[in-house]
Amino acid sequence: MDEMQEIIKNYVIKEYVEDDTELTYDSPLISGGIVDSFSMVSLKRFLENKYNIAIPDDKATPEAFDSVNKICALVREYVK
Amino acid sequence: MAYTENTRGMYSEILTGLQDAGLFKQERYIHSSQAADIEVEFPAGAPLKKVINICANNYLGMSSHPEVVKAAHEGLDSHGYGMSSVRFICGTQDIHRTLEQMVTQFLGTEDTILFPSCMDANAGVFEAVLTKDDVMISDRLVHASIIDGIRLCSAMHDTFKHSDMEHLEEKLQLHNDKRLKCVITDGVFSMDGDTAKLDKMVELCEKYDALLFVDDSHSSGFIGKTGRGTHEQYGVMGKIDIITTTFGKGLGGASGGCVSGRRELVEMCRQKARPYLFSNTIAPPVVAGVIKVLEILSASTDRRDKLEKNTEFWRKGLTEAGLIIKAGDTPIVPVMLFNAKLAQDVSRDLYDQGIYAIGFFFPVVPQGQARIRTQISAGHEIHHLEKALEAFRKVGKKYDILGKSKQEIIERYGM
Ligand SMILES: Cc1ncc(COP(=O)(O)O)c(C=O)c1O
Repeated sequence: MDEMQEIIKNYVIKEYVEDDTELTYDSPLISGGIVDSFSMVSLKRFLENKYNIAIPDDKATPEAFDSVNKICALVREYVK
Repeated sequence: MAYTENTRGMYSEILTGLQDAGLFKQERYIHSSQAADIEVEFPAGAPLKKVINICANNYLGMSSHPEVVKAAHEGLDSHGYGMSSVRFICGTQDIHRTLEQMVTQFLGTEDTILFPSCMDANAGVFEAVLTKDDVMISDRLVHASIIDGIRLCSAMHDTFKHSDMEHLEEKLQLHNDKRLKCVITDGVFSMDGDTAKLDKMVELCEKYDALLFVDDSHSSGFIGKTGRGTHEQYGVMGKIDIITTTFGKGLGGASGGCVSGRRELVEMCRQKARPYLFSNTIAPPVVAGVIKVLEILSASTDRRDKLEKNTEFWRKGLTEAGLIIKAGDTPIVPVMLFNAKLAQDVSRDLYDQGIYAIGFFFPVVPQGQARIRTQISAGHEIHHLEKALEAFRKVGKKYDILGKSKQEIIERYGM
């Protein structure tokens, strides 16, 4: 599953980080102001396409998306 | 009494916190009408000071134009003071429809609907035309009023990096399964004074079958050869599906806004946009004033031409003085100081020199990008700008920032 962490981390960096902020698997993404809650939707769509899953809207909360590790945990719930 | 001492204390604490953080906004009372030369009471109670205003959105110097003032007087006499009703009950006069038709003609669109303000236009338009089956894809630096409108709409929302067309294209691909895609941008971005790449955006919207929304509040009346806006500058008139703009800046400076664009979308606003349905529209004297503004601007490009010359003079002068400005060609010219306290100090010293310009810093602009935003007007004469440049040179020298690089300024003053 390390691969998943790396894929998600790289996506977040490419998509949201515009300077040289360092990112770890536990960096707070939304509460830390790296991902604004508006832009979560592309992250959600990316995960759904990439892992061929459907994350219900009520599970795609800012808390559940707040770090790479939390996102991995969420994704794993839905990957068959 | 429900407003207990505890409650009062809670709010006092929040307000004190704002003050301590240097984020507390204070008004300055202007005792004259809006113009290049104004008389200001600041701080409250201080004697009046004559200063040159270089931070108004009075781009075309229309705010106190004698013909506009006269037209407003006449409108007041012929159509009264207020309507005491929203548009669809008994709040629409002939002049409201006349103004809508004139704006349609001026912007080269299909139809127009007035709103009490452009804030209201932006707040109402998305909810009126989009549903949960659609997606809104907005530039990350759009104006706060657009963000509010997006929040009120049930469509999915995503963003693209500021003016990054590759990123926008990725997003258009990502959301290609949606019923409608609506790309959302400002025409001129109010903090940096840069323009959206509308030619490229139209191309992408045509390729991916998306609607294009542009807020031209900081463009209408002066951007483009005849001042129609960013769509004229980029050669895409008739291709923007929704334009919103304000009458509170270049187009007279009083108040009011509109949605202008595709006939059916405008009609959807007339049927469904809540700020249109539930709030009084623009008052008759203001409508009469805006009509006069559009008449003046349609008859001659003198004012926007003068603004263009003034802007060139100002940008060149600041650059030659050794200050760092954001590149571009619009009358919004940010002088970059990077550090918030430095921006406030420079603003205060400029004021002592008789120049009224305001410092902007986080959270209005990103951390480490504090600046003085200057805004040029056709109401300025070269002598105003020379005096303002002189003040910038003097204050710049005091803080030893003339000819210094971004790096050097940050090393000395911090981010
Ligand atoms: C880009 C933009 N849109 C809309 C508005 C709001 O305009 P109005 O004063 O008509 O509500 C502003 C004004 O600050 C603006 O800068």
